[in-house]
Amino acid sequence: MSETIARAHESHEAEASHGHPTYGTFIKVWVALLLLTGALVGLSHLGQTAAVWGLLTLTPIKAALVFYFFMHLKYEGILLKGVILVTLGTLLIFFVLLFSDVAFR
Amino acid sequence: MIVAEGRQPSYLEDAGGKTGLMAWLGTTDHKRIGLMYLYAMVAFFFVGVGIGLVMRLVQLTTFQKLISAQTYNALFTVHGVIMIFLFVIPGLPAVFGNFFLPILVGAKDVFFPRLNLASWYFFMAGAILAVLSLFTGGGAPDTGWSFYAPFSIKTGTNVTLAVFAAFVLGFSSMLTGINFITTIHRMRAPGMTWFRMPLFCWAAYATSWIQILATPIVAITLVLVMLERLVGIGIFDPAKGGDPVLYQHLFWIYSHPAVYIMILPAMGAISEILPTYAKRPIFGYKAIAFSSLSIAGVGSLVWAHHMFTSGMSEFANMIFSLLTMLVAIPSAIKVFNWVSTLYKGSIDVQPALVYALTFIFLFCIGGLTGVMNGALAIDVHIHDTYFIVGHFHYVMFGGTGFAFFAALLHWFPKMFGRMYSRKAVYAAWGPLFVGFNMLYFSMLVLGMMGMPRRYYLHLPQYHFGHQVATVGSWLLALGLLMFFGALLWAIFKGEKAEDNPWGGVTLEWQVPSPPPLENFEEIPTIEHGPYHFPQGGKA
Repeated sequence: MSETIARAHESHEAEASHGHPTYGTFIKVWVALLLLTGALVGLSHLGQTAAVWGLLTLTPIKAALVFYFFMHLKYEGILLKGVILVTLGTLLIFFVLLFSDVAFR
Repeated sequence: MIVAEGRQPSYLEDAGGKTGLMAWLGTTDHKRIGLMYLYAMVAFFFVGVGIGLVMRLVQLTTFQKLISAQTYNALFTVHGVIMIFLFVIPGLPAVFGNFFLPILVGAKDVFFPRLNLASWYFFMAGAILAVLSLFTGGGAPDTGWSFYAPFSIKTGTNVTLAVFAAFVLGFSSMLTGINFITTIHRMRAPGMTWFRMPLFCWAAYATSWIQILATPIVAITLVLVMLERLVGIGIFDPAKGGDPVLYQHLFWIYSHPAVYIMILPAMGAISEILPTYAKRPIFGYKAIAFSSLSIAGVGSLVWAHHMFTSGMSEFANMIFSLLTMLVAIPSAIKVFNWVSTLYKGSIDVQPALVYALTFIFLFCIGGLTGVMNGALAIDVHIHDTYFIVGHFHYVMFGGTGFAFFAALLHWFPKMFGRMYSRKAVYAAWGPLFVGFNMLYFSMLVLGMMGMPRRYYLHLPQYHFGHQVATVGSWLLALGLLMFFGALLWAIFKGEKAEDNPWGGVTLEWQVPSPPPLENFEEIPTIEHGPYHFPQGGKA
């Protein structure tokens, strides 16, 4: 068991050593997040419909940037990326089915 | 025999310096943890049975002299909470999954043994909190096991602690799911490819994904109920602009897939039992394996068929009715393949097979009445009637319950190294089967007649049906006492079991009974599929 964990750990280290985000990358992502937040605030002044659509479209982009760079998803293996995609896909399906009620009620 | 007998002690012998109760409470051995779940769950099960019997007595007397209406509400809530959260959901995965999954994939334990023990402690902590909720605060919750808002946020009973108990139990379920998925991915024996895995492992795998993906949703939902009650956040409260139908959505997004958490491992156990007693490979191995994944996948998309009368949009009603029909396809694939497995088999009639066939019969009634419920027009008529209660018990008790009994009979000699009396468990089958059908078929009929569920009183035209059901409940309870009495006697006094009493060919039958501490002296190398019966079908 401990050998298996050690192997998994080594493999994780090997993957991670391929590249870490630099401070420059972090700052660029941070600026992008600030701009997106600003856009959301701006959209919220254009009425409720614009605010809701802004939240539904821009917030996932912000979350993706955080996942990808700040949480190092970019440097993970295909398995972990796949697991997260499956989870997000499941969530998306739940949202769509939920809207079949909410949007037509 | 893969293991040279006598080289490793049985897992039932204390090892590691601790003895007695402490050796059990601190164990990380998957087999002992499986047994600890078994003992706890059977105890909870009998509490749930007792409450069920009292409810039947109330309906028999008509005049409700026994208990008040408020107590009746608490009884059906507690009966549901105990049976759902403490017996059927953990049921087969926690007991047989823990005990047999590592052995079936050729591993010495699960991937995270300590996490496995933590899961059991989460389970027991949740159970204790659920019991505490009955006697503290405003008394036992009276909402029904589904804790529907807005009533659950308004009632003065102790819903807060009860939903917190369910929240804690959810952690146990998720941790077990994570453990099983990792074990299957990382610990299969050399040569055990995905399609050489026994079908019970496929079922446990599909179940585990539901546990991981769906349980967090109900966990958050229950936290929202607690926040509603404690600080009045208003998300489910229409008076504050909230939406009580949203609660139903969030609750059933978990709780309908939870039905598959309950039934899929049961189906997996049946897929192990049938080839063993038919002495031939299972018919349609891949179809059954993929149908488990399909049931898990499609079954996660049908939740709102519980809500056809909730005020949900007509469009959503149609969508969810259609999706519900699709689940019948993989379920039917399993049933047809099981029956085909028996065709031209060298059938060895043993108690486990009889109980497994009973499962198929009762599950078919449960499944077909489920298709009726899924049809919009019928559902509007029978929603919230005894028909739903009857259907649900045919699936959960006739399905998961009888599969649990069948699995117990099949694997009992391996788990305890003792053999039970075949005559005793055959004798128990009679009152179990007759009592079950008297109780729950009467409910189907009562529901079609219009008897609403969860009602304290009933009109005179329903009384005969209630009388039949109540007598059935006595027979059923008698059968349960005979069944578990026979097994309890066998644990202490039963004859020593052979290592392979049924002529099984999967890995658990290649190790001694009871299995040694680390299951295998050497990890086996797998060279063929799981149901490899040589010599023309004879083991």
